Amino acid sequence: MRHIISVLLENEPGALSRVVGLFSARGYNIETLTVAPTEDASLSRMTIVTVGSDDVIEQITKHLNRLIEVVKVVDLTEGDFIERELMLIKLRAVGKERDEIKRVADIFRGRIIDVTERSFVIELTGNAAKLDAFIKSVDRAAILETVRTGGSGVGRGERILKV
Amino acid sequence: MELTGAEIVVRCLQDEGVKHVFGYPGGAVLYIYDAIFKQDKFLHILVRHEQAAVHAADAYSRSSQRIGVALVTSGPGVTNAVTGIATAYMDSIPMVILTGQVPTHAIGLDAFQECDTVGITRPCVKHNFLVKDVRELAGTIKKAFYIAQSGRPGPVLVDIPKDVTVARCDYEYPREVSMRSYKPVAKGHAGQIKKAVQLLLTAERPMVYTGGGVILSDAADLLNRFVNLLGFPCTNTLMGLGAFQASNSKFVGMPGMHGTYEANMAMQHCDVLIAIGARFDDRVIGNPKHFATNPRKIIHIDVDPSSISKRVKVDIPIVGDVFEVLTELLSQVDASTVRPDAAKLAGWWQQIDEWRKKDCLRYEQNGGAIKPQYVVEKLWEVTGGDAFVTSDVGQHQMWAAQYYRFEKPRRWINSGGLGTMGVGLPYAMGVQMANPGADVAVITGEGSIQMCIQELSTCKQYRLTPKIINLNNRYLGMVRQWQQIDYGGRYAESYVDALPDFVKLAEAYGHVGFQIDKPADVEPALREAFGKYKDRLVFLDFITDQTENVWPMVKAGKGLTEMLLGSEDL
Repeated sequence: MRHIISVLLENEPGALSRVVGLFSARGYNIETLTVAPTEDASLSRMTIVTVGSDDVIEQITKHLNRLIEVVKVVDLTEGDFIERELMLIKLRAVGKERDEIKRVADIFRGRIIDVTERSFVIELTGNAAKLDAFIKSVDRAAILETVRTGGSGVGRGERILKV
Repeated sequence: MELTGAEIVVRCLQDEGVKHVFGYPGGAVLYIYDAIFKQDKFLHILVRHEQAAVHAADAYSRSSQRIGVALVTSGPGVTNAVTGIATAYMDSIPMVILTGQVPTHAIGLDAFQECDTVGITRPCVKHNFLVKDVRELAGTIKKAFYIAQSGRPGPVLVDIPKDVTVARCDYEYPREVSMRSYKPVAKGHAGQIKKAVQLLLTAERPMVYTGGGVILSDAADLLNRFVNLLGFPCTNTLMGLGAFQASNSKFVGMPGMHGTYEANMAMQHCDVLIAIGARFDDRVIGNPKHFATNPRKIIHIDVDPSSISKRVKVDIPIVGDVFEVLTELLSQVDASTVRPDAAKLAGWWQQIDEWRKKDCLRYEQNGGAIKPQYVVEKLWEVTGGDAFVTSDVGQHQMWAAQYYRFEKPRRWINSGGLGTMGVGLPYAMGVQMANPGADVAVITGEGSIQMCIQELSTCKQYRLTPKIINLNNRYLGMVRQWQQIDYGGRYAESYVDALPDFVKLAEAYGHVGFQIDKPADVEPALREAFGKYKDRLVFLDFITDQTENVWPMVKAGKGLTEMLLGSEDL
């Protein structure tokens, strides 16, 4: 099953590689991983999207907690949460395609943020499934580049991950 | 007071109470060595290979309640040390490793003797640090000692660039460490302990299974009290031997791949299993699916939550330090009026005694070749069962574990997790530095001993006097055993040809050497080594039965009760 794990860790050199090294050394999957400093610059927040059985996820959270620089770990998928991912997608857009792409982008509430005679860059946020759906709904051959950030997540309401 | 980084390193070690440092100098650590030269509060032991420095520091920790420290230079100094670090990591041994690094301005430029130390060692340390600012040096070293010894212990490495050892700053050694990201749990959950006590007191076929965690948390006395109070059978893993007295009738021997018949049968057929500081290793429980076929309730005490329910699902997990949890457990058992059903327990013991009748460690020493088991038994007799015994890895290690019956913790020093050949001799050095005057024996084989044989020179320099019990069967015995059983008797590269004359080799290093090839000479040779030559290193080269196998044996992937008891089962 797909899980979204949020990690608060010390914002120190090497901390990221400890997390990544743990996943590769123990054979766990990483679907996506995002990391950036929080409002407190001494802490980073990481979101890891992973797939595994309950036993594997339990081991992943335990091993993450075991890392000396990890302050807190929470499996967002254990409760209510919001997941968002940002995608920048560059599409070939000439002739009547331009209107069609604009319409699809509007449906997905995407924004065109760069326009040339031959291309658009569309900015789109949503959960992973929404971004996948957008990709499916445009002509594959029109896709020039796709850049996705990987998922970020936050618990709803009073579910707060903080030191 | 303003000190250089090198002086700070030395002062930190002194303030930490370190008495011995095992190491090897090189370019990046020369300022540190210069500072060591000017002090006499701790002794530096110069090894002949960095791997041995780390093994010796590791054994120093294992055999005492003090922490081992190793110091090596950058690049090859570090890569040579990696085997030692990984060995300690796998067995959760506290240790601090200080490594030199090229100057900060040269890092990443492929400088001479540069390697990414923090990167290379990351997967085999509890934690590591690169110190880029001299003002962070003392605090980092303090953290290293704290992290290494708290929670689940392990090796911690501090990488120190050469320019940091020259830079100056005020020195103050921090008294305490506070880390928001690292707060190990010591006390167990009271509710969980209560549940465990209830389960234990109503058990009909209980089994106590303990590992290295009992020794690491110095809880052997508590364990002995606990087992004696309840009258339950007890088994110690390879890492846990000595935690429970082997002479006690409650002791059923070691479990696992080469465990006793009775220990393995009891592990499988008990109704309540309490695992204390043990981690259900593949060498202990065999195939986990087979292990799970017998329903039993499992209580698991471990300081590391990630060890719990890793290979085997448990019913009552208790996260905490073994010493703390056992203390609480014992007080609750003491306070309870309930006691296990005596008749049921007697029935269980009757069953165990039936299993014991298999006499699975039986062997025959006739007038022919020396049996390796016989040498270990005689060693036990000659040393009164009270020596520190280190071993290497292979058949001799298993015979040592089976036939040297340990009564005390921290007496049996071996590489259980990583299974590192070559540790035996450097381990003996660390043991002897930590326990001056004690008898130290190295049980080894002609394969393993050659992996760190250069340390005979270190032993000469520091007048270290271990007795090397070389069980020389001219084969890499455990490899040969597997090849005989599972590879159609094709002995690929397991015959060791062109062996050195070990007697002459020992003499060349300034030690005493004997070769023994008759059973009748085994005991006299050992008596001479531990008597007349007590103050010398003696290399006893026992020419043993070439094809003796270690029994019982649970083949890899098999169930714990699917034991081979001897060649007749092949």
